[in-house]
Amino acid sequence: MSIWQYANPKKFMDTTGPLLPWIGGASLLCIVTGLVWGFFFTPDDYRQGSTVKIIYLHVPSALMAINAWFMMLVASLIWLIRRHHVSALAAKAAAPVGATMTVIALLTGAIWGQPMWGTWWAWDPRLTSFLVLFLFYLGYMALWAAIENDDTAADLTSILCLVGSVFAVLSRYAVNFWNQGLHQGASLSLDKEENVADVFYYPLLVSIAGFVLLFIFLVFLGTHTEIRARRMRALLARERMV
Amino acid sequence: MDLIVSDLTVARGGVPVLEGVSFVLTSGAALVLRGPNGAGKTTLLRTVAGLQPPMVGTVSGAEDRIAYAAHADGIKQVLTVAENLSLWADVFGQSDVEPALAAFNLGDLRDRAAGSLSAGQKRRLGLARLMVTGRPVWVLDEPTVSLDVASVALFADAVRAHLAAGGSALMATHIDLGLEAEVLDVTPHKAVLSTAIEDFDEAFL
Amino acid sequence: MIALLVRDLRLAVRAGGGFGLGLAFFLIVVVLVPFGVGPESGLLSKIAPGVLWIGALLACLLSLDRIFALDWEDGSLDLLATAPVPLEGIVSMKALAHWLTTGLPLVLAAPALGVLLSLPQQGYVWLVASLAMGTPALSVIGTFGAALTVGIKRGGLLLSLLVLPLYVPTLIFGAEVARRGAEGFEVMTPLLMLGGITFGTLALLPFASAAVLRINLR
Repeated sequence: MSIWQYANPKKFMDTTGPLLPWIGGASLLCIVTGLVWGFFFTPDDYRQGSTVKIIYLHVPSALMAINAWFMMLVASLIWLIRRHHVSALAAKAAAPVGATMTVIALLTGAIWGQPMWGTWWAWDPRLTSFLVLFLFYLGYMALWAAIENDDTAADLTSILCLVGSVFAVLSRYAVNFWNQGLHQGASLSLDKEENVADVFYYPLLVSIAGFVLLFIFLVFLGTHTEIRARRMRALLARERMV
Repeated sequence: MDLIVSDLTVARGGVPVLEGVSFVLTSGAALVLRGPNGAGKTTLLRTVAGLQPPMVGTVSGAEDRIAYAAHADGIKQVLTVAENLSLWADVFGQSDVEPALAAFNLGDLRDRAAGSLSAGQKRRLGLARLMVTGRPVWVLDEPTVSLDVASVALFADAVRAHLAAGGSALMATHIDLGLEAEVLDVTPHKAVLSTAIEDFDEAFL
Repeated sequence: MIALLVRDLRLAVRAGGGFGLGLAFFLIVVVLVPFGVGPESGLLSKIAPGVLWIGALLACLLSLDRIFALDWEDGSLDLLATAPVPLEGIVSMKALAHWLTTGLPLVLAAPALGVLLSLPQQGYVWLVASLAMGTPALSVIGTFGAALTVGIKRGGLLLSLLVLPLYVPTLIFGAEVARRGAEGFEVMTPLLMLGGITFGTLALLPFASAAVLRINLR
């Protein structure tokens, strides 16, 4: 028994299908709990007032925006090395989710930034990097949409994802160099000194768990759709052959 | 060294079109592929030429020995006939383009821009390119399209000379060139739904 | 491989369009900017390095789809793929030909256009240096994008969408060198970063471009 057996489309569908409602439900529960806890049962920040509470949307979506790309990178590598179709399709399914997370992070950031910095948008390194990340998502999805042959599209987008990852990291450093910025430091890090206070921390963790589950749910759902679409095309091809 | 194709399954757009194709092409021999349009002759030739990977099976003796000519001749309109040829000669590490020009009766056209040639003249230029590659195995996809009778004869002579010099040729054509050639009809090799493909680990069905 | 380079250069010169088009585009962009932002020379001299870099980048982008499209249409790419030259070498030569016909003229024309935008005296050297150092990266990255979209009909817009995000680091460091140079600051750090990007892409990206081209030829 190896993990790769789940790379078989049929096995993947059979295994993840029954799990889907549970993952979706758990995700909903976590997000609702995290948001309600965060919005109504935590004190206002002494400097930022109640605006700080958007953190429960902003930080999880920003985290998932980056992690979705990372997941696509891993899935692309698996496709290029082991040629498992499910992997390529999962990468395809993750892209719109990641792009949406990026947009949510940018929008909530703007809403948070307006009262804090007095502006909706600033060319701050973090904001700029996210905008660039969004452009990468757009290019990746556009390439998937433009190519007819499924395997060719999977190969090309995988290589684009690899090359894009390198350039995304390069852009991050370039943007840092270009402007020092006014974004606050990391809200969550292993270094306790600069972390947010515990009272904000726990609801945030719950909310993040909810977003992770939501991401998994949406990627599984998207992969199911893609597999069904492929199955349909395979059936059509079979009809042509007979 | 022979070109050996064994148990080849080739796919177009991910769908297998031909399967179980096997043949051996020895030096000095020609093999003609026949079959209706859409049977997969072009796909087979592209696979033999190494432009696409086979789905199943192997092609051996093809590495760096094949000169490929397809429907598009790779002719640059703004370059002259001689320039077009010498480019390919340079790419393939050869230098002399005169025999090729002579064999396809292109001597008078050598300084004409290729864009001003007729379709048949362009085709002759495309075929003359085969001679400047110095490669022993010619893989030809419908080589006689838009050639007139005289040009077809020129082409047949060129192939005969190539075979006599120890080369070999694999071609898909419907015209009888008057060559001593084996014929392989690909129709019986049309891919059917085999259990092998259905059991395939990655199958979507 | 030299034969290929010579052929591409010859084609660029003879076909007419290829050679001058990027340059003309660069000129037009630079001329349009003062119409848009006003003729005040203080403002123009402040934005000149950035405008010149963006103009050069867009001019580069304009000619990218020609790198492989013509060879794809007339079948040359199939024939080249069966030639004894490695595909990695072919894409490198294509990128070099693109740089010689597009990037190099831009580098040489940039100082003249700098005059139009009242670029400060000390800025010229660093403008030319940054473009000379940065445009090869633009060509190599663009070749990758062109290889990705070669099989797609009317892939020009998609090509821009794919390539522009990849141009971000090059543009940032390149324009930074030009800007700091114009303002008389130290330029070594961004210049080294720019050089790092150029040599890194030169060394690695041809492998990705060749891999992508092989997939597209299948």
